[in-house]
Amino acid sequence: MTKEELLSKLKTIITPYVQNEEGLTTLTENTDFIKDLEINSANLVDVVLDVEDEFDIEIDNESMEKMLTVKASIAVIEDKLASK
Amino acid sequence: MGIEDIIQELPYSKPFLFVDKILEIDDDHIKGSYTFLKNEYFYEGHFKDNPITPGVILTECMAQIGMACFGIYLLKGEWDKADFGVAMTSSDVNFYHPVYPEEKVTVIATKEYFRFNKLKCKVTMYNSEDVLVAKGIVAGVAFKK
Repeated sequence: MTKEELLSKLKTIITPYVQNEEGLTTLTENTDFIKDLEINSANLVDVVLDVEDEFDIEIDNESMEKMLTVKASIAVIEDKLASK
Repeated sequence: MGIEDIIQELPYSKPFLFVDKILEIDDDHIKGSYTFLKNEYFYEGHFKDNPITPGVILTECMAQIGMACFGIYLLKGEWDKADFGVAMTSSDVNFYHPVYPEEKVTVIATKEYFRFNKLKCKVTMYNSEDVLVAKGIVAGVAFKK
């Protein structure tokens, strides 16, 4: 899976939880889920669960806590995919 | 943790405690009840000379049983009232029937998921005649203070 494909899938996953839609149109690797997209911190759990389903991976507590930005999330997903 | 212990562990007190009894509990569901008192503080203004339990209070009652009580149970030994806080993080509830003073309601919550200390449940509330009062989805978190 290319990084573009991964980013596109991640964008689809986070979209329902985004409160600041303007942040979504200017999404970059540095986008912060809470600060830039106004995702409620409890909805980060939903993002992680949807990521698990979409990529068929399991995300542990430690990885979950890192997934606060697009960049960090992609790193976690790539790592979990590589160790499958 | 025993059923009676759970209510003792709740971080609420009167006049904002809306759980009397836990009737059933396991890893997938909880069933509990509350009887609204004749003189709950909110009846004074909701509505003027026409006391009806506010929908937000019904939602709170569903959350106290379906989130707080159930969550404490699901956290097993990890819960400690001194260390943890709870917060409702979302609710999507429809209301079907009014609840008047001195009415008993029963709440049933079934777990959608419990991960990373977030609990999401389908919740339903019935009155003593088994008529559907409210139904929806609530979610909440337990967090270290």
